[in-house]
Amino acid sequence: MADNVTPRVRVPREASAGDVVSIRTLISHPMESGQRRDGDGNVIPRSIINRFTCDFNGENVIDVTMEPSISTNPYFQFSAVVNETGTFNFTWYDDDGSVYEETADITVA
Amino acid sequence: GNWARLAAQQQLTQDDLIGGGGTGNVTLIHITDIHAQTQPIYFREPEFNLGVGEMTGLAPHIVGADFRAAYGIEQGSAMDYALTFSDFTSLARTYGRMGGLDRIATVINAIRADRPEALLLDGGDTWQGSLPALRTQGQDMVDLFNALNVDAMTSHWEFTLGADRVNEIVEGGNLVPAFLGQNIFDAMWDEPVYEDYRIYERGGTSVAVIGQAFPYMPIANPSWMFPDLSFGLRRQRMAEVVQQVRGEGAEVVVLLSHNGFDTDRKIAADVPGIDVILTGHTHDALPEPVQVGNTFLIASGSHGKFVSRVDLDVQDGAMRGIEHRLIPVFSDVIAPDPEMSALVAETRAPFEAEMSEVIGQAGSLLYRRGNFNGTWDDVICNALISQRDAQIALSPGFRWGASVIPGQDITREDIFNATAMSYPEAYRNEMTGEFLKIVLEDVADNIFNPDPYYQQGGDMVRVGGMGYRIDPLAEQGNRITNMTLLETGEPIDPAETYVVAGWASVNEGTEGPAIWDVVESHIREVGTVNIDPNNTVDVVSG
Amino acid sequence: VGAAAAITLLPGMASAALVDDAINAFTGGAEAGSDGITLIAPEIAENGNTVPIEVDAPGAEAIIVLAAGNPNPGVATFNFGPASGAQAASTRIRLAGEQDVIAIARMPDGTFRRAQQEVKVTIGGCGG
Ligand SMILES: [Mn+2]
Ligand SMILES: [Mn+2]
Repeated sequence: MADNVTPRVRVPREASAGDVVSIRTLISHPMESGQRRDGDGNVIPRSIINRFTCDFNGENVIDVTMEPSISTNPYFQFSAVVNETGTFNFTWYDDDGSVYEETADITVA
Repeated sequence: GNWARLAAQQQLTQDDLIGGGGTGNVTLIHITDIHAQTQPIYFREPEFNLGVGEMTGLAPHIVGADFRAAYGIEQGSAMDYALTFSDFTSLARTYGRMGGLDRIATVINAIRADRPEALLLDGGDTWQGSLPALRTQGQDMVDLFNALNVDAMTSHWEFTLGADRVNEIVEGGNLVPAFLGQNIFDAMWDEPVYEDYRIYERGGTSVAVIGQAFPYMPIANPSWMFPDLSFGLRRQRMAEVVQQVRGEGAEVVVLLSHNGFDTDRKIAADVPGIDVILTGHTHDALPEPVQVGNTFLIASGSHGKFVSRVDLDVQDGAMRGIEHRLIPVFSDVIAPDPEMSALVAETRAPFEAEMSEVIGQAGSLLYRRGNFNGTWDDVICNALISQRDAQIALSPGFRWGASVIPGQDITREDIFNATAMSYPEAYRNEMTGEFLKIVLEDVADNIFNPDPYYQQGGDMVRVGGMGYRIDPLAEQGNRITNMTLLETGEPIDPAETYVVAGWASVNEGTEGPAIWDVVESHIREVGTVNIDPNNTVDVVSG
Repeated sequence: VGAAAAITLLPGMASAALVDDAINAFTGGAEAGSDGITLIAPEIAENGNTVPIEVDAPGAEAIIVLAAGNPNPGVATFNFGPASGAQAASTRIRLAGEQDVIAIARMPDGTFRRAQQEVKVTIGGCGG
């Protein structure tokens, strides 16, 4: 498991029903590409986050499949439509089987 | 025409230079790329300033006789001296130094006397380029431009003071100009860091000024000095900001830009709704606006040589007319403003003794500008080779640095005017011939890419100890041929390793003595600096 | 100029065949139109290790992003769910040298839309 993997999200706390809200996510992760070599010339094995999903109240917002060309500390910005108060669930899936999760609540008036 | 005759009669007057009142209801005053030059200086304009692709032969890519012909300037006239390289030394002796912040203050005061609500806008590259600015981390220039009561500025070299220092100045509460840059973003969360624009109510008119910092900061300058910032052209966002200010009632939209002229020319065509672009970075001075569609581009030169006055006629929410005057700041004609003279003297006083020390003499003209070489850079390359025992020297294609005319003493201040910056280490490395070729090709493509959006401004890296042939119109990777080691006359071998000295590396941890010390030692050794015409770069086309 | 920059010579570039394979795997060989999709990428990358890109294809089910000059051209596939507010996303990608970035959107009617932009990755320049 990669060290110090910290997910962070930015979601508005409040919105009106039917609003499209902007969401930004960032997770600290080296995204080892499998293309680099160590000091002894050996290939450093690939170790990346390969999938990221965001759901709102159980309904999918975005589901991203990721390759090694995604930069270190993967960043995503996208938008969701909110019709009711609820919770965003963010999930990152690591090559090594680790799963990292974060949530954010939004109050919809 | 008229100025030339007056000058010939030694009757050039301050009023002739500054001119009378303009028409219209909104007045802009533009100054840019002063590079901390508070004193009157000599500055030779380029002999080579090639345009490529769509820009071929278009202003500002015309020099010398072509420039005179394009703008109806008489050979040997004051404006010829100010705007072209021709016969520079002799015209410099006739017309004297240009610029000086106290003279600029006089010009600004005269315009303000006519138009108290004129907006004073600074295009950036203000806080770097002299010994006092280096020693005070730009504080001298901040104080002096505060005293000018500048309304807004944008930036480039400012960030080579480090983002922390910039933020200390901007957030410290003592910076008078608004610090604008719609394209300066926080690298982590992709959010704008500074103000995008200001809207001013002037002359009964709502004027939006949008700032655009140099887009390629982290490439052209050391990114480790501002690791949390991202720049870029961000032209889609610029288009949004233009719409936003229009939505907020702006009747006229001004882009205060540090993109460089060609990039701004293309921006003018691609981003609708900008009335005036006050350009900067590429140090061009043009006596007339360049019109692209309904957008007018103004180029106000560098080093304090010029102040632009732009009068706009804005009626019913739209710009109906524009009048522009490129005011040449002849320091012997325009009277210094006493208040500003005193302030400038105060900023220089702590360094006066150090700056005035004579290091050597100029036997020939020392200048910076030109696409391929400049004699100041020849001196720097010679210094790097002799003082750092190298075969080849590299000096960046900076466009800042005052000129020194033959017979002048070279003082320590002169050396700093050509070298003062925050990453001066003169490195000594081994590089393969292949690597040198990659470096030259890469820089050439940054200057001569036919699409201005792929250009970064600046000039070719200056090379000492090695000659080469360049075809600016060739494709990336094929522009540079005939690389030759001058000491042996042998072709550069891609597999061979050469000892290369240079300065201004963007890499963190670069080691070596400061370039000004290297140059000073060299000039002390040679005494009188004579630079032969540089024939080591062979420019071909097609 | 960053003339002292240590240039890491790039690993082998993707072959055109690899790029075609990646495109065909997504489109099934169908032609792609050029309207209705926007790809925003910088002309010149500030840092080839982290190049910001944005894709936007109103109404799309999914958008793939390819880096035609990387050893492995695949970058990401964005699948938009029912709660998406717009069929648009931004991320940051690695580019091993100057190359085209390609975005292709799959629409609900089975058609495809394609945009591409050349991004220059440079070792440095010097300014005015
Ligand atoms: Mn600049
Ligand atoms: Mn400049």
